[in-house]
Amino acid sequence: MTTATPSPAAATPRRAPAPRLRSTRGRGRSVDRPRRSVLLTVLTGIVLLYSLVPLAWLVINATKTQGDLFSSFGLWFGDSFALLTNIGQTLTYDDAIFVRWFLNTVLYVALGAGGATALAVIGGYGLAKFTFPGKRGVFAVVIGAVAVPGTALAVPTFLMFSQLGLTNTPWSVIIPSLISPFGLYLMWTFAAEAVPTELLEAARIDGATEARTFAQVSLPLLAPGIVTVLLFTMVATWNNYFLPLIMLKDPDWYPLTLGLNAWNAQAATAGGEAIFHLVITGSVLTIVPLVVAFLFLQRYWQSGLAAGSVKE
Amino acid sequence: MTQTAVPIAAPPAGEALPRRRSRPSWAGWGFVGPFMAVFTLVFLAPIAYSLWISLFRTQLVGGTAFVGLENYSRALQDPQFWSALSRVSVFLVVQVPVMLGIALLVALALDSGRLYGRDFFRISIFLPYAVPAVVATLMWGFMYGTRFGLVGNINEAFGISVPNPLSPDLVLAAIGNIVTWEFVGYNMLIFYSALRTVPTSLYEAAQIDGAGQWRVITAIKLPAIRGALVVAGIFSIIGSFQLFNEPSILQNLAPNAITTYFTPNLYAFSLSFSGQQYNYSATVAIIMGVLTMVIAYVVQLRGMRKEA
Repeated sequence: MTTATPSPAAATPRRAPAPRLRSTRGRGRSVDRPRRSVLLTVLTGIVLLYSLVPLAWLVINATKTQGDLFSSFGLWFGDSFALLTNIGQTLTYDDAIFVRWFLNTVLYVALGAGGATALAVIGGYGLAKFTFPGKRGVFAVVIGAVAVPGTALAVPTFLMFSQLGLTNTPWSVIIPSLISPFGLYLMWTFAAEAVPTELLEAARIDGATEARTFAQVSLPLLAPGIVTVLLFTMVATWNNYFLPLIMLKDPDWYPLTLGLNAWNAQAATAGGEAIFHLVITGSVLTIVPLVVAFLFLQRYWQSGLAAGSVKE
Repeated sequence: MTQTAVPIAAPPAGEALPRRRSRPSWAGWGFVGPFMAVFTLVFLAPIAYSLWISLFRTQLVGGTAFVGLENYSRALQDPQFWSALSRVSVFLVVQVPVMLGIALLVALALDSGRLYGRDFFRISIFLPYAVPAVVATLMWGFMYGTRFGLVGNINEAFGISVPNPLSPDLVLAAIGNIVTWEFVGYNMLIFYSALRTVPTSLYEAAQIDGAGQWRVITAIKLPAIRGALVVAGIFSIIGSFQLFNEPSILQNLAPNAITTYFTPNLYAFSLSFSGQQYNYSATVAIIMGVLTMVIAYVVQLRGMRKEA
């Protein structure tokens, strides 16, 4: 089982300085500052267009009325500019259900991703900095479990939760979100490097308890790793579709993802009103918070990722 | 078995650093305990339960009966299961190399320092990762559409008839494109982060030895990020076998092209939530879980062996 570990860490050269120092690394390569290449930039630009054009399509089409959606060219604006009207309609349609979905999502993210990050941080730290009976088993079990398909878990989890009376409640979405094996792995590798064992021993010699050592000595050093894990668990929870799809029947508890899909499916049902313009505008409103979070926090999570998850 | 301070089988970075022998103690469980407690509840218990119910059959008449491995032999003879499995296998063999290949090329381009506006490239190409699968699928689904999508526009503008991406023949490729779009940036970032940890002294040495760009890539960069490549490969394999969200959401836009057994996960889902066949559904899911683990394991072994 332990062989299922994707950790390639041992064999490759390793640099000593603490991870946070590495943000200046880029500049260290000035010895070999190559000339910029127009050709390479253009070629990479193709991938850039591939990544951004669909998002541009989404934003442009959020400005169209439903009529324009059908009649105007997809990658350019229509006759009308209905963005604000669309946003207004999205937020108020069906007794402002979209706002409700938005708040549900925020709730699931706050408790689910917040809890998952806390568990991954203290767990990863425990794995990185302590030797304890059963440690190998923990690793093998956690890594092995990642390969289990969502449905293998979802169906029995659904049955278990329904026996506990938890399905169709927020808890059925929040509790399974609390575990992020990837977060644990990331934090483990990060903590192993970012927290010098000597520092911990110094604190212990001074008589600090393990909890206090963790809170006052280690936690500040773990900050970039924590931001990274938090962002990735946030994305996982914000974007979660499968779990709520199974657990929730009542649209009042839907997260945004499920709500948007329900709006889209509405057009296909008998007598259902087609509201494609609201699906598109709602999609834009759904991705904005995460995009903003990634852009604002990029310095932190990128250094955390570089130092932690894939350190060779 | 853990009474010595020997590093565990595959220590993450840092464990191999010289460190003082720490006596094993139970203190670590204080930290790992909470994670493992919840993990047991939401991972181990459902897996165990799944294994258990896969051994039974529920009939409309007669209730639940123990049937041993009958569900497993049924799955192995089930043409719908095989159809789903072969579909994700094709997907895996085509989509994963394309996606990882593009991600690697972009990562190498970023790392070469030869791009104008490197940071803009990096963050922009990564952005689709922040888009939920639901939004990505709806968006691409609309664009694929002939009604108000780009495909329709192209047909109109050029008076041609581009094949419909949502037709049964092409829908798998259409899904492959969505998944590639979602995860190219994510994998690029994994590779790029790994490349950034390569000591610059290696490049200086290579330069002194007169190595060209290509040689630096093949002799230094690729070997240095082999671990990241293997990890990304394994995660992509797991992702392919678990394909669910994109086909499930696309079903509304392409009801004729996507069957209820389009992927194994979709099949397991349909079995349990529309067909009420929980026992057989659990069996299908377990077979896929085991298969995924075996393939991930083989990829990892092969990926690591080349390192020697």
